[in-house]
Amino acid sequence: MARLNVNPTRMELKKLKARLSTATRGHKLLKDKSDEMVRRFTVLLKEDKRLRGEVEEGLSSALRQFAVAGALTPSYVQETAFSMPTVALGTECETESIMGVDVPKIRLSMQQAQSRLPYAYSEITSEADGSVEMVSALLPKLIRLAEVEKAVRLLADEIERNKRRVNALEYVMIPQLEETIKYIRDKLDENERAAIVRLMKVKSVKM
Amino acid sequence: MMQGKMAIVGNAETITVFKAAGVDAFPVSDEKSARETLRKVARDYSVIFLTEDYALMLKEFLKRFDEEAYPVVLPVPSGKDTGYGESFLKSAMERALGVDILFND
Repeated sequence: MARLNVNPTRMELKKLKARLSTATRGHKLLKDKSDEMVRRFTVLLKEDKRLRGEVEEGLSSALRQFAVAGALTPSYVQETAFSMPTVALGTECETESIMGVDVPKIRLSMQQAQSRLPYAYSEITSEADGSVEMVSALLPKLIRLAEVEKAVRLLADEIERNKRRVNALEYVMIPQLEETIKYIRDKLDENERAAIVRLMKVKSVKM
Repeated sequence: MMQGKMAIVGNAETITVFKAAGVDAFPVSDEKSARETLRKVARDYSVIFLTEDYALMLKEFLKRFDEEAYPVVLPVPSGKDTGYGESFLKSAMERALGVDILFND
């Protein structure tokens, strides 16, 4: 490992020692952070998998039913019937911090008119009613999945970045500093020995 | 706290039912229009559902939404099984952990 290009003086030694202690502490902290992030990540990952399974199942059966309904009604009727929803959906968006990563936190706010369905019963078959209901019921889960999946993405990126930082400290910064410190120490010791020898020589010449 | 809206982008058959449930729907027909629509929708909406078939096509494009907490783009199943969910989880896991903890059993 290459050592840093510095003058072998006591001042530099002191500076480098301070840097080394900072780097070691930083390394320890980052490593702890990484561990905790990985733990959170695994929890989220499992939740994501579970939710995705549920949503996929629910949604595919809703869509299947909707397809049946679509086959029974002319498409223009269906289009007009569905284009005026009675439910006004909104979300309240906040962010939450997981180990310094901002992840979304979403709440569903629903304002509902009198009837759940935006059309007259005579127009549309009951299959369509059912599928709309199913999708409505799935929405909270979808929102939660959106939250979790985004968090998984963001955390994965952050873990990767953090890992790189930890490795840079562990395999580059710290060895470099240690080597430079050792080099300066050796050099200073060498100078000291040279000085002693010189003194002894001077003394022996005088006598 | 911020008030947000929800949108769904995808093929017309899948998204109609979401529309009835109160989600704003934006039908798209091909990759290019999906890209354009997403770009527009991302400005006003905080939660965007995207059907999986388009999510697969726009994989690279969607990466730009991973920098910030909002907007949240969530690929949703579009009826056909595309295997998107599994592949997403796998790649995230590989990147962050380096080991498979979900699918090895």
